[in-house]
Amino acid sequence: MFKRFVEWMDARIPMTKTWNIHLAQYPAPKNFNMWYVFGFLATLVLINQILTGVWLTMNYVPSADGAFASVEFIMRDVEYGWLLRYMHSTGASAFFVVVYLHMFRGMMYGSYQKPRELIWLFGMFIFLVLMAEAFMGYLLPWGQMSYWGAQVIISLFGAIPVIGDDLTLWIRGDYVISGATLNRFFALHVIALPLVLVILVFLHIVALHEVGSNNPDGVDTKKPKGSVPDEEKPKFKFHERFTNKKDIVDSIPFYPYYIVKDMFGFGIFLFIFCYVIFFNPEMGGFFLEPPNFEPANPLKTPEHIAPVWYFTPFYAILRAVPDKLFGVILMFAAIVFLALLPWLDRGRVRSIRYRSLLHKLNLFVFAISFVVLGYLGTQPATPVATVFAQIFTFLYFAFFGLLWFYSKREKTKPVPERVTSK
Amino acid sequence: MSNAPVDKGRRRFLTVATSVVGGVGAVAVAVPFIASWNPSARAKNAGAPVEVNVRKAEPGQLIRVKWRGKPVWVVRRTPEMLEGLSKVEDRLRDANSEEPQQPEYAQNQYRSIKEEFFVAVGICTHLGCSPSYLENGMGDHVDGVNSGFFCPCHGSKFDVAGRVFEGVPAPLNLVVPPHYFIDDNTILVGEDKGQA
Repeated sequence: MFKRFVEWMDARIPMTKTWNIHLAQYPAPKNFNMWYVFGFLATLVLINQILTGVWLTMNYVPSADGAFASVEFIMRDVEYGWLLRYMHSTGASAFFVVVYLHMFRGMMYGSYQKPRELIWLFGMFIFLVLMAEAFMGYLLPWGQMSYWGAQVIISLFGAIPVIGDDLTLWIRGDYVISGATLNRFFALHVIALPLVLVILVFLHIVALHEVGSNNPDGVDTKKPKGSVPDEEKPKFKFHERFTNKKDIVDSIPFYPYYIVKDMFGFGIFLFIFCYVIFFNPEMGGFFLEPPNFEPANPLKTPEHIAPVWYFTPFYAILRAVPDKLFGVILMFAAIVFLALLPWLDRGRVRSIRYRSLLHKLNLFVFAISFVVLGYLGTQPATPVATVFAQIFTFLYFAFFGLLWFYSKREKTKPVPERVTSK
Repeated sequence: MSNAPVDKGRRRFLTVATSVVGGVGAVAVAVPFIASWNPSARAKNAGAPVEVNVRKAEPGQLIRVKWRGKPVWVVRRTPEMLEGLSKVEDRLRDANSEEPQQPEYAQNQYRSIKEEFFVAVGICTHLGCSPSYLENGMGDHVDGVNSGFFCPCHGSKFDVAGRVFEGVPAPLNLVVPPHYFIDDNTILVGEDKGQA
């Protein structure tokens, strides 16, 4: 019965074929470690955001008069509304946690290097859209921090010479942030950007499955056709789409092996995720900021405006610069430089395991700078904090400059022919 | 069906002409989508000018009104405040108000039409927070200056004519909105004198 159904489907749509190419007969390097779980987790968090987001729109009222009250209504009166909202708000932070770790994995193992530049670029676009999505979503509860955070971010565009003021007026649709702004952000947040996000994720995965995953050793597991004796090939059946062009070594099918591994990682993720949802949904003011429990008031600025934690590294860079336009440029440059990583890294050795001590130190300092900037971005801009922000902004950018400089003639360790795990 | 030879030049002309016409159409279609983001007629209406009565303002007092949703300050400055203006000028970014942050009639040392009444949009030129008016406590932030404006967000400092101090994030002086005196006691904020 089931067999006949599958045959009926396969004659009309490539169902089994797609399953095999992308899951059951998809070769993935056998030496993945736990760093390789975050792409899978990001996909699940995306699904969580879409599902809970759709349910939240069922009770949310996108207007300046109704927004704040409707969120409180969801929290207090809608059955399990509090849970759906906390899943959504915690999911937003979780999204950035897993995406930042996912990106750092790529930096450690050189996953952005040739031939995976396009995967990295699609990933950077996903990151950009994700930031826009999070920013617009944060306006929707229409609390004090929603309002003033948006005020700060939109006024960044005012720094652009000549068209700046008209551009901010156009983005807001009013002389101040108002219901007009709220409504358009709602439309973008629930329809336009999620569509773009899903399409970009699709392209990210299509590009990944074309060239195949990198691995912690950074060595190719797809060797030239005919170069590997049969007894060294894995005993799994991989789809001919992969085996026709290359000899596959040191690989296992994604399904069931890596699905099982990822499910284990998902279990650990759920422990932490559920702890936050049920016991600490505000996460000490980092996931939901205290001033946001007050309705937006255009005439009263909160004492201290800080964006949500996932924007703070870039916010700290913005504040470190005494000039407004240059600060905005530098903040965007922090992201553009990341996107250019495949071309700034002129080395041929991918994995940090076989690269120089200098590179290890450089990446370590970069990671530390990112975390310290993230912390500084949450704090008031005192003169001392500003000096620290300037130092770590310099170190952040120094990573890229140094990398470009030393990667051409880097002293690397010999890279093994095959992956090192047994 | 004829088997006439393909006229490549004609084909190219038709392809280019069709593409150009189609492109113009696509641009024209974009117009409503982009223009619909501009402020609506209702929003423009709500941005109409507001009257401020300053008859009852005490010397040193700040009156706050709302214009286009933004806080607008009217400060009745004391003679001491006005005297203090020239003492800080070497510490200001734009002491002579050369940047176009005010109408021409307010481009003077006091940045106002009448010395006494300072009218400004109460929004910091850094990132849009609203600074606090410190009638007497400005000395905590700038040595030897008694009154001014201090932005709690990122620490920008302005003197009592809204001129920005050096070494703070805000790049420009506070904005002086278009305004004029209808009579001795009434200011209209949001319009220049003689404007329709």
